[in-house]
Amino acid sequence: MTRNRRLFGGALCAGAMFGALWATSPAFAESLGQDSATPANLTQVADMQAGHRGGTMRLVARSAAGTIDPHINYTLQFWQVYQMLYDGLLGFKKAAGEEGFIVVPNLAEALPEPQNGGKTYVFKLRKGVKFWDGRDVTLADVVASYRRIFKVSGPTSGTFYNGIVGADKCLKSPADCTLEGGVIGDEAAGTITINLVSPDPEFFYKISVPHAAILPADAPATDSGTTAIPGTGPYMIESYDPNSQLKMVRNPYFKVWSEDAQPDGYVDEIDYDFGLTDEAEVTAVQNGEADWMFDQPPTDRLGEIGSKYQKQVYINTLTAWWYAPMNTNLAPFDNVKARQAVNYAIDRKALVNLFGGPVLASPVCQVLPPGFPGHVDYCPYTKNPGTKWTAPDIEKAKMLVKESGTAGQKVTVIVEDTAVARSIGVYLQSVLNELGYDAAMKAISPNIQFTYIQNTKNQVQMSVSQWYQDYPAASNFLHVLFSCDSFTPGSDSSVNISGFCNKGVEAKMKKALKLGITDQVAADKLWAEIDKEVTDLAPIAPLFTPKHIDFVSQRLGNFIFNAQFYWVMSQAWVK
Amino acid sequence: MTDESAVGETSTKDEPKSSPQPGASDSGRREGVHGGGQGPWITAIRKLRSDGAAMAALSLLLVITALCAAAPFYAERIAHTDPFRSSLEAEIVIDGRAVPVLEPSTVGLGLGVTPIGPTWDPRAYLLGADNQGRDVAARLLYGGRNSLLIASAATVLCLLLSAVVGLTSGFFGGVVDQILSRLMDVLWSFPIYLLAISLSIVLISKGFEIGPISITSGSLWLPIFIIGIVYVPYVARPIRGQVLSLKESEFVLAAIGLGVPSHRILLRDILPNVTTTLIVFIPLMMALNMLTESALSFLSIGVQPPDASWGTIIQDGQTLLYTRPMVALAPGIAIVLTVLGLNVLGDGLRDALDPRSKLRIGQG
Repeated sequence: MTRNRRLFGGALCAGAMFGALWATSPAFAESLGQDSATPANLTQVADMQAGHRGGTMRLVARSAAGTIDPHINYTLQFWQVYQMLYDGLLGFKKAAGEEGFIVVPNLAEALPEPQNGGKTYVFKLRKGVKFWDGRDVTLADVVASYRRIFKVSGPTSGTFYNGIVGADKCLKSPADCTLEGGVIGDEAAGTITINLVSPDPEFFYKISVPHAAILPADAPATDSGTTAIPGTGPYMIESYDPNSQLKMVRNPYFKVWSEDAQPDGYVDEIDYDFGLTDEAEVTAVQNGEADWMFDQPPTDRLGEIGSKYQKQVYINTLTAWWYAPMNTNLAPFDNVKARQAVNYAIDRKALVNLFGGPVLASPVCQVLPPGFPGHVDYCPYTKNPGTKWTAPDIEKAKMLVKESGTAGQKVTVIVEDTAVARSIGVYLQSVLNELGYDAAMKAISPNIQFTYIQNTKNQVQMSVSQWYQDYPAASNFLHVLFSCDSFTPGSDSSVNISGFCNKGVEAKMKKALKLGITDQVAADKLWAEIDKEVTDLAPIAPLFTPKHIDFVSQRLGNFIFNAQFYWVMSQAWVK
Repeated sequence: MTDESAVGETSTKDEPKSSPQPGASDSGRREGVHGGGQGPWITAIRKLRSDGAAMAALSLLLVITALCAAAPFYAERIAHTDPFRSSLEAEIVIDGRAVPVLEPSTVGLGLGVTPIGPTWDPRAYLLGADNQGRDVAARLLYGGRNSLLIASAATVLCLLLSAVVGLTSGFFGGVVDQILSRLMDVLWSFPIYLLAISLSIVLISKGFEIGPISITSGSLWLPIFIIGIVYVPYVARPIRGQVLSLKESEFVLAAIGLGVPSHRILLRDILPNVTTTLIVFIPLMMALNMLTESALSFLSIGVQPPDASWGTIIQDGQTLLYTRPMVALAPGIAIVLTVLGLNVLGDGLRDALDPRSKLRIGQG
């Protein structure tokens, strides 16, 4: 998902396999500053609820993140919020650190055993769960929700859910989607059966993310925009104005059915205010006027908060990256040499400094983040190419531009209108000018930037974006971002922003996905090859992998950083 | 100039009350009198020269303009820097020690990177660096070139258009006056900055094209055009008012009665009499236009990067207020000094050319 909020998606779990993968990957929560709170047992939870229940928590952000529709929004900002508003059949454990990757039963009573060679899963729906408008959650709601994923042309309908039987017809004709044979409700047994075309080891992850949230059957078959659709979480949306505020209050019909999947919240109300600049957000948190800021603090305040407010700062490693997609279907970046030239020219250490310094980021020049399944160090875009980035190679870059014959062309870089993104955009503009292009930079509201750069109608040549893992699988970067299935011309949901569609790479990715069912190790080796190939073809310029800073108010307690959701909002208290 | 006292000429009560207009013919259609054998312009210049405040302001403006004009020389020969290119990994030598232009923090959690502060050495980062490692002093001078250029060009455009509108509307009256006045009323009804911002947002992404006139989105002509347009009603109205008054003066009526073509009356009788008003408007409009350009650039809808103006530099400094306030302060001070100088000079010009004028922006 994108930074502007990509959510971390799902995590997943496939038991031992996941555990093995996890054991070999670097720890995620490497905290500097404060450590996250450790989760408590049920008795402790009850005591904490009694002692800290109530109050209003105020969150601030530069802007909203677009549509409030959980089947469409693909941003970290709102996925973080959806964790306490919506639920799927399965969910990620609301726990600290790596435990947050564990998938647990949510609206389903239990994790189902795979049947039919891994192609069939039968979920028993919990009884007594209500939407925040008071209606019971029924099997019809579940079936309708899965159909809706396709009807609204959700950004992952073609990648996460295309393995469901009937999905192929739904992708061709979304409005008429029935998922016949794919998602079947049995009223008598109270079960939902999901049939897959082929086994999918990532299936549990995929149905744990908000794109598979269970919504009322009568939810509109189009993007709900600013109109909230009822959910089942401990909080409900009372009002949403993307220009000013998202207000959430307790869901009066919520009762805890699983502490792991969906614990009750502490505060009574959450006011998420938009419109403050990064600087103002920092000041608001320092003054106690806000409890948390979504945006990363601007670089000129980092020294201050890192020295005077150490106890209010949480820093955690992420499997994520900042990158610059280049439109492979538009000049000059329809020329591979032009794209490679940009990669050679970028000084990634300088970008790390723009982000806040080596404590907060590390240069990268390939797709898969360090420590990720399938990652093998590879860096061709540096002086002395090898495994690590060392320095830019401007001479090589200029030579490639000359060979491409694209010098002198106009290029516009589209970035979010935040301090960090703007500074990166100005730097990239400078690099492009140095390479001989006529470069311009435009900053647009974070509220619309991510969808804007996805839509081919906007003719975006180059942009700056971020991607945070949805779940710890190589496919979540490579397949989601570079698959032909993720490229939908003319749509705001076309997360393959560069429009990259290479038949050879596509075939390898499908092979790797299939191989992952039986031999994840072999699959990861194949993903490593794909990573190299995509890196060489350069549809994007990898920039750096960030750490995440959470700056909170003095009064905020029980800060839990979950590697899947980042800060678990519902578990923090203000009293 | 409309009366003798405006030009400092002595007069008796028997003499006509208006003063001669520079540039007009000697046909007797000039208003006013001659005195002391010197033209009114020379008198005005002398009066201006004797105004200490105005001269000081003029000197300040000349110094600022000269410094900004010398921007390429300063950047290339003295500071040895390219103020439009990011220098994130650059280093300079201070007291024999290599210092990075962007230095990571070593305090507390070691978060953040801070640009170098003012070295007060003109040869390297006199006023420090911004967050792209660029020399602030060099950018300040280059920015001043753009700010002064936009302010001047927008002023010329505004005064030209205002003169055409005011003269046409005031002289011809009738339907022409009605149409032009209503058009001005529509423009007038928008708050200036709201109108400028709206036009900028619409035009900045794709540029502007009407007939043979084509302005690309990154061009400096775009803010010149926008700023020049939005202030037209504020100048055209007082010009129109003055033309209406002049139209009833005896020499104009006599010219009309003699059958002199309208265009000759406009060019040879009326225009010279409004010239002083236009001249007085120059520094005042420049000051306003400079402030407007700074505001638009600060909002990222004026001058586009990598071009600099004082407004864009203030925006660059916005994220460095806590650590390197000089990045925002330097252009701010430059704007204050320039606008102050223009306003003081404008007051002096008005006193020299038209002291009885109640002319203010907005009156007509």
